Amino acid sequence: MKIAVCIKRVPDTATRIKIGADGKSIVEDGVKFVLNPYDEYAIEEALQLKEKSGDGEVVAIAMGSAASQETIRGALAMGVDRGLLLHTDAVSLNPVTVAKVLAAELDGAGYDLILFGKLAVDDYSQAVGTIVSELLSIPSVQAVGHLEVADGKGTAEREIEGGVEVVEFSLPAVVTADKGLNEPRYPALRGIMMAKKKPLEVKPVELSDGGMTVIQLALPPERPEGRIVGEGPDAVPALIEALRTEAKVL
Amino acid sequence: MANVLAVLEQRTGTLKQVSQEVLTAARSLADASGGSVDALVLGPDAIDVSELGTHGADRVIVVEGDDLTLYQPEIYAAAVVGQTQSGDYVAVMMSATAMGKDLGPRVAARLDCPLAVDVTGVEWSEGITVSRPVYSGKAVCRISITASPCVVSLRPNAFTPRENPRDPSTEKVAPPNVEVRARTLEIKEAEKAHLDVAEASVIVSGGRGLREAENFALVEDLAEALGNAAVGASRAVVDAGWRSHADQVGQTGKTVSPQLYVAIGISGAIQHLAGMRTSKVIVAINKDRDAPIFKIADYGIVGDLFEIVPRLTQEIKNLRGV
Repeated sequence: MKIAVCIKRVPDTATRIKIGADGKSIVEDGVKFVLNPYDEYAIEEALQLKEKSGDGEVVAIAMGSAASQETIRGALAMGVDRGLLLHTDAVSLNPVTVAKVLAAELDGAGYDLILFGKLAVDDYSQAVGTIVSELLSIPSVQAVGHLEVADGKGTAEREIEGGVEVVEFSLPAVVTADKGLNEPRYPALRGIMMAKKKPLEVKPVELSDGGMTVIQLALPPERPEGRIVGEGPDAVPALIEALRTEAKVL
Repeated sequence: MANVLAVLEQRTGTLKQVSQEVLTAARSLADASGGSVDALVLGPDAIDVSELGTHGADRVIVVEGDDLTLYQPEIYAAAVVGQTQSGDYVAVMMSATAMGKDLGPRVAARLDCPLAVDVTGVEWSEGITVSRPVYSGKAVCRISITASPCVVSLRPNAFTPRENPRDPSTEKVAPPNVEVRARTLEIKEAEKAHLDVAEASVIVSGGRGLREAENFALVEDLAEALGNAAVGASRAVVDAGWRSHADQVGQTGKTVSPQLYVAIGISGAIQHLAGMRTSKVIVAINKDRDAPIFKIADYGIVGDLFEIVPRLTQEIKNLRGV
């Protein structure tokens, strides 16, 4: 199987966000960047499918600044065969424009399966993978927690409100990975050493704003100061009173 | 003209509660832009759409078919795109549910137009401006949308339904005939009636302070006493395998905005706070007075949760007479 995994470099989820002087972007100095957590599940699934099929290739594709090469090396260390950076320092708020650049690269390249993480923990759009499938006119399933692929077909389960949707689809297809799809492996030292020698191509790309521009990026409003109503079980009546009369939620 | 298409969601033939939120947001946008609200409903035969005028639909369009009982992405997307192209719409709105998060991108891809997901605010002044949380709610981005139409999905619970009665016309449209390459076969319902944290108006969440998986019974009992409350969990306990990932609240789980969020034995890691800080009222119960959760909680009790929570559950039962 030939599998593409589309990945992204994002701020670590433990990062405290600071807004830059322009009021439109975050301060990147001192922020630790990591491989998007959901992409780890996508990479692991690709590697397992390749191992099961006995042959094939897994290609990791990232879009972004030169620093994303480090993120791709991380994927190579996990066992991905080669990497590709679609290099641009531009960002777009419209997932459609991002997906167009990826789709142009993926189109006609003979991938049986294109995997994404369910969403990127920076922009939180949960859209690019699905849009790529539409642009390529192939089926897709979002936020998959269980996947089976055989004989040119796949069955996926995805969590929805109060249940699990079971979807059957034909290959080629796009699947976006949810937490729980598998247990991502940690790169072994040998993998990290080998990753340095694996091919990593860098291609410049153009990204338009797609009809969406930032007016302002701001921290969410501070919550009004709360209070400790008391200690131990004897504080319960005071809590209930506050919830009834002040907060009016009981 | 600047009409708004409100795409509404049904489950087993009944419209979801979030439909009211979508209609309310669509109505207020259409009032500002001088357009009307068309409600689009896709599903099996005989969905009750008689209430849609209450929250401001001027016209109801029903696409009916046995094939549409479950969310079938390709058919749904074709129907929404068909409707959008047949009218003069400035925006296609839907709820950012599991369905809306899949459908919105498909529609935006086919219309080659802007897409804003999980939006918490919509304004109009010569064009649409949306606000949406990014970095899982650690920041909020205000975005000007400069192309039309656009697709906007709304975060559940972020828009308060408001009545704005109309007397809409209703028309039926045949489903589009499209090749289906991904078919939804079934929905496996959760074993017991399971309210999803993303949709619940009350959430009781548990963390590592519960010490072991079995003690989540305390959280479940409190949720039951509160009535119609969902049970959430911190990342630590999901990673430990105590609870399903479906219950996880936080940056790698769900972002929630309930009326009431009760955090039990949760210290409040940044990634957890990011996922629940837009809750209307936050209550924290934790033994550590310095735990970060108390910094954003409206009300806190410091102490042993194993003593406090059963008492709280009992008092709430007494109060509600259950």
